[in-house]
Amino acid sequence: MVEFLYGIEVVINGLMAGVMYSLVALGFVLIFKASGIFNYAQGVMALFAAMTLVGVQEGQVPFAHLINSVFGTQYHHFGWHINAFVAIAVAALVMLLFAYLVERYILKHLVNQEPIILFMATIGLAYFMEGFGDLMWGSNIKTLDVGIPQGGNFWIEEKTAFLGGEDFYGFYLDTLDIYATVIAIILVSTLVLFSQYTKTGRALRAVADDHQAALSVGISLRRIWVIVWSIAGIVALVAGIMWGSKSGVQFSLSLIALKALPVLMLGGFTSIPGAIIGGLIIGIGEKLFEFLIGAPFLGGATENWFAYMLALLFLVFRPQGLFGEKIIERV
Amino acid sequence: MTVSQDAAVQETITPDGRTIGGVLMEMRNITLRFGGVVAIEDISFDIRQGEIRAIIGPNGAGKSSMLNVINGFYHPQDGEVWYKGAIRGPMRPHQIAAQGIARTFQNIALFHGMSTLDNIMTGRLTHMKTGMLSQSVWFGRAQREETENRAFAERIIDFLEIQSIRKTPVGRLPYGLQKRVELGRALAAEPSLLLLDEPMAGMNVEEKEDMSRFILDVNDEFGTTIALIEHDMGVVMDLADRVVVMDYGRKIGDGSPEEVRNNKAVIDAYLGVSSD
Ligand SMILES: Nc1ncnc2c1ncn2[C@@H]1O[C@H](COP(=O)(O)OP(=O)(O)O)[C@@H](O)[C@H]1O
Ligand SMILES: [Mg+2]
Repeated sequence: MVEFLYGIEVVINGLMAGVMYSLVALGFVLIFKASGIFNYAQGVMALFAAMTLVGVQEGQVPFAHLINSVFGTQYHHFGWHINAFVAIAVAALVMLLFAYLVERYILKHLVNQEPIILFMATIGLAYFMEGFGDLMWGSNIKTLDVGIPQGGNFWIEEKTAFLGGEDFYGFYLDTLDIYATVIAIILVSTLVLFSQYTKTGRALRAVADDHQAALSVGISLRRIWVIVWSIAGIVALVAGIMWGSKSGVQFSLSLIALKALPVLMLGGFTSIPGAIIGGLIIGIGEKLFEFLIGAPFLGGATENWFAYMLALLFLVFRPQGLFGEKIIERV
Repeated sequence: MTVSQDAAVQETITPDGRTIGGVLMEMRNITLRFGGVVAIEDISFDIRQGEIRAIIGPNGAGKSSMLNVINGFYHPQDGEVWYKGAIRGPMRPHQIAAQGIARTFQNIALFHGMSTLDNIMTGRLTHMKTGMLSQSVWFGRAQREETENRAFAERIIDFLEIQSIRKTPVGRLPYGLQKRVELGRALAAEPSLLLLDEPMAGMNVEEKEDMSRFILDVNDEFGTTIALIEHDMGVVMDLADRVVVMDYGRKIGDGSPEEVRNNKAVIDAYLGVSSD
């Protein structure tokens, strides 16, 4: 019985992790559908967004190092501390500006290029942003605190303790994870509703389906690209906030994108429901596998590779993913 | 040449009682090359308000290229495009769509993941003006606009008799119906000029008759000017007011279906007789 209850706790934690994976994967899917680009820079975007957030919040002078070494000055801080909401809004604006610049200076010049060229461009973009972020805000590890409480949620623990007997202390859920889940759910459902029921959403789907036809009904591809990169930028910011609050803002934050890869292989690169379900399956799968098999029999730490193994199995047996259309090579 | 100026003031009544107005679009000395291939060579012709203008010619003659020039997919190396009395500068296809030029494609280009209704709704985009923010909250103006345009899309659906497939993802529809949905999407834009690239290609006789009827009805009921490409001479003779004939990128005939049918160069091109 207690085992079963802990099993449920594992599933809940898996679901919460899964929602975050879905969110990151969604950033990829949106850009891939609208422009056929696999955006290698997605993870670095999350890192950059989080760095910008910390920098703005703490009143850091951007490019301080550069300015000081050129002018011999000693600026480091503006000497203010900004409210988290304002700082998040500023960081969001920076991500929108970033989207515009990407379209204006990169995508615009690469229209009709091979996917591999576009992919290379995003690799370049990723390294550029990484360096640019360091130059702008410094490369030290930063702590991010936007006021979301962390640690086990006692309220839930107390209220659920009655479910089991003596040995059960209630569900242990991290408050930060709960916040992250709620926010991710809101963001994901907003995106889904937006794309289903608004004219811009319809235009997004149109562009994803057929560029020429989209142009012929008056849709500006470049406007749509700015929109999808903006959305991906906001998604990156949210992911950056959640992961950054948990484990600090540092280079490893950009690796969260790697977690999205298996989700995409499962869900298919072009399916929004696929990204959502794929994220949940991997979230639950890796936690449950660790709980049932990994920890007792394999010495633990299976979460590091479980997702990739699952993705490999999918590549072998169902390469188009759960929801992708069957790939039929035309001869 | 002063032909177009004359045409601008002239109104003609067709044998079946429709009014053909002044020049809506005029192509002047258009030349389009792809590397060494000359797809269009120094072609001029005009399209008049309210008429059905056909472009015919053998495969590879440059017909689709001509439509692509008109709707801005291709930019000619030489020549001028005049539309609604003004010369048109270099424009992007989506801007040209916003000016009232809608089209269908030789190889159907629908949004396969979307339903018939959604496909037709995308045709309304040039008529929808609300900003992203008000759409996001689905509020007031945005909601009203969506409802109005939805009503218009339903009228198109009734007109084309495709009520039964309103909610079907178009990827699942048979070829003939897909062509019809594509026509619906173009009509939804209430275009001033409707371009149809082989609207009847690959259809059986019955489907062709349906499509012919829709094209005539669109022209008759809404007064829409139509430029269409068609292979089948018989169909062209039934539909078109005037015909441009192309062969190897050049214009070899232009006139009423009668005139064109009796034109020696045209007969040679169609029967494959060498004309020198
Ligand atoms: N995008 C393109 N790139 C290169 N060549 C093209 C392109 N589009 C058309 N052509 C060439 O232009 C010529 C005319 O083609 P097209 O306009 O499609 O003819 P039609 O529609 O009359 O069959 C052909 O030789 C074709 O190969
Ligand atoms: Mg053609």
